[in-house]
Amino acid sequence: MQAVLEHSPPAGATVQTAKRTGFLLLSPSVLILLVWSIVPLVMTLWYSLQNYNLVDPTLHGFAGIDNYWYLLTDPDFLHALLNTLVLVAGVLVISIGGGTLLAVLYDQEFFGRGIARIMVISPFFIMPTVSALLWKNLMLHPIYGVYSAMMRAVGLTPIDWLARFPLMTVMMIVAWEWLPFAVLILLTAVQSLDGEQREAARMDAAGPIARFRYIILPHLGRAISVVVMIETIYLLTIFAEISVTTAGGPGVASTNLAYLIYSRALLQFDVGGASAGGVVAIVIANIVAIFLVRAVARNLEA
Amino acid sequence: MATVELKNLRKTYLTEEIIKGISLSIEEREFVVFVGPSGCGKSTLLRMIAGLEDITSGDLLIDGQRVNDVEPGKRGLAMVFQSYALYPHMNVYKNMEFGLKLSGMPEAERRAKIEHVARTLQLEPYLNHKPGQLSGGQRQRVAIGRAIVRNPKVFLFDEPLSNLDAALRGQMRVELSALHRKLGATTIYVTHDQVEAMTMADKIVVLQKGIVEQIGSPLELYHHPRNLFVARFIGSPPMNFFSAIFQGGDAAGSSVQLRDGSSLYVPVTSPGLLPGTKVTVGIRPEHVELASSGPNSGVVEVIERLGAITLVHVRMPDGEIIVVQTDGAVLTDVDTRVSLTLPPRNCHLFAPDGLAFEACHRHPLAA
Repeated sequence: MQAVLEHSPPAGATVQTAKRTGFLLLSPSVLILLVWSIVPLVMTLWYSLQNYNLVDPTLHGFAGIDNYWYLLTDPDFLHALLNTLVLVAGVLVISIGGGTLLAVLYDQEFFGRGIARIMVISPFFIMPTVSALLWKNLMLHPIYGVYSAMMRAVGLTPIDWLARFPLMTVMMIVAWEWLPFAVLILLTAVQSLDGEQREAARMDAAGPIARFRYIILPHLGRAISVVVMIETIYLLTIFAEISVTTAGGPGVASTNLAYLIYSRALLQFDVGGASAGGVVAIVIANIVAIFLVRAVARNLEA
Repeated sequence: MATVELKNLRKTYLTEEIIKGISLSIEEREFVVFVGPSGCGKSTLLRMIAGLEDITSGDLLIDGQRVNDVEPGKRGLAMVFQSYALYPHMNVYKNMEFGLKLSGMPEAERRAKIEHVARTLQLEPYLNHKPGQLSGGQRQRVAIGRAIVRNPKVFLFDEPLSNLDAALRGQMRVELSALHRKLGATTIYVTHDQVEAMTMADKIVVLQKGIVEQIGSPLELYHHPRNLFVARFIGSPPMNFFSAIFQGGDAAGSSVQLRDGSSLYVPVTSPGLLPGTKVTVGIRPEHVELASSGPNSGVVEVIERLGAITLVHVRMPDGEIIVVQTDGAVLTDVDTRVSLTLPPRNCHLFAPDGLAFEACHRHPLAA
């Protein structure tokens, strides 16, 4: 024992060595993360302060806050911002409202439940571009679409959904894609509800609606906040569905922030303006994230 | 307060019959305990009474009314679950209030009632706590409180103490008995713990594989088990058994020959049994007496000293182990040879079909 004590190095030195090893082992991933996120961010910030338009190479140089000024005073920007919020809120309401009801439904015993569950989950596995195309050409097309055929069958005039209600239609398509995710998470949450709690509620003479309102819904609180958080992160950047169906139009009726930046950069070749849009989007996403993470974290703690 | 009557109650899951025709009547204010090994159907039977499981056939009567098809909440029962099943997002007050609120009781009346019950159960300081902030014993009390406020006709308990540690279980057992005396409510209690059954019950129902093995007071079951199963199940450590040959009997008793050739005259009647039939002799460990010499000798294999009592495990010549419960200060040591005396009046005889022979004299405490 004595010998061991004498030969072991002082405790402080061991800690130092361990720290250095840890740092060395961590450094490759830290480096990659830095290159991956910081470099593009700095480049975006730099371009957003430059006059940089691909179709007019003669105009270049430091622009100051001009790009931001043009963007923030552009009526399209406000419109796109509003569209983004409407899309996020609308899809959240549809997917969580519908998801909760479907989760409770799929928790019941009924014939063919296994197959029904797989079918309700499957839209989530379809690529956004593909599902947008399916909806655009197969379901909603004013001439060939299934809905048009159904409307004609009862004597109604088919509606050109994407032209008449572009934002609502995009919202519907995105909600169709995200509803399965909500169902999946909420179904597992419903199933984790203690059976004896439901039975206790039955003994307390709670009917199905009272059980849903007072037992199941509070139990789902955490799962719902997780769904809200994850969906919001993705819904702020909806792009493929808009690009495939309406291309942001008519006008800017279905343009959200992500699509606005894209159209500035790659349709109008205004790299400087698009970068300014990107920076604004980052700021907005962070504001949303701070509020969201706080609200959700509080909910998860309780 | 109410009576409960079960008439040939049956329950079938798919093709398997779980409850095989149980008839039972429970009097007002009675504390009835369903006891049996796991899988005997005791919890299923309780859940059928509660209305949480459908009744396949037979009649369930509460206060003389057939309630087979009445919703659980409308039967006038309250149940305490094994996991307590408190609503985790509601505080103690709201947990107790939930059922009352749904039944449309006015706010003031609810408050008065809950506060009264909380005082009885010493829950007043915790009314604003969530179940997650309470200890196991406190949660247990909240679950009981939630049952009491509804003023039910019958209380149902489904293994309520099995999640508590031994000390707390003992304490809650006493509290439950006191509470039952105070409320005087008809109570049905399911447990696998025979100590709970023996200490709390007015009437014990021993179940095995969906049938009733015996119904009786705790001491009736202890002194006059109806068959081998009940004899083995009630009492700890369990009764010792050995085989013997029936020799003959008269009105005052029956005589049997043990393996080692000695014979025993037990005061039980044996109508119609042929001499030469193989029977089983049973005697509880606390009734076997140790002697230093004599017949029935064996070697001490294990000694468990519990302080107040000592359990001596004796290996008999035929290889069987007989457990003897004796004084805590007994000096016997492992590997010594001891003799066992079997007082005949404490012996039980069981026919080949497992049924016990009728005792000639009922035990005074089990009349």
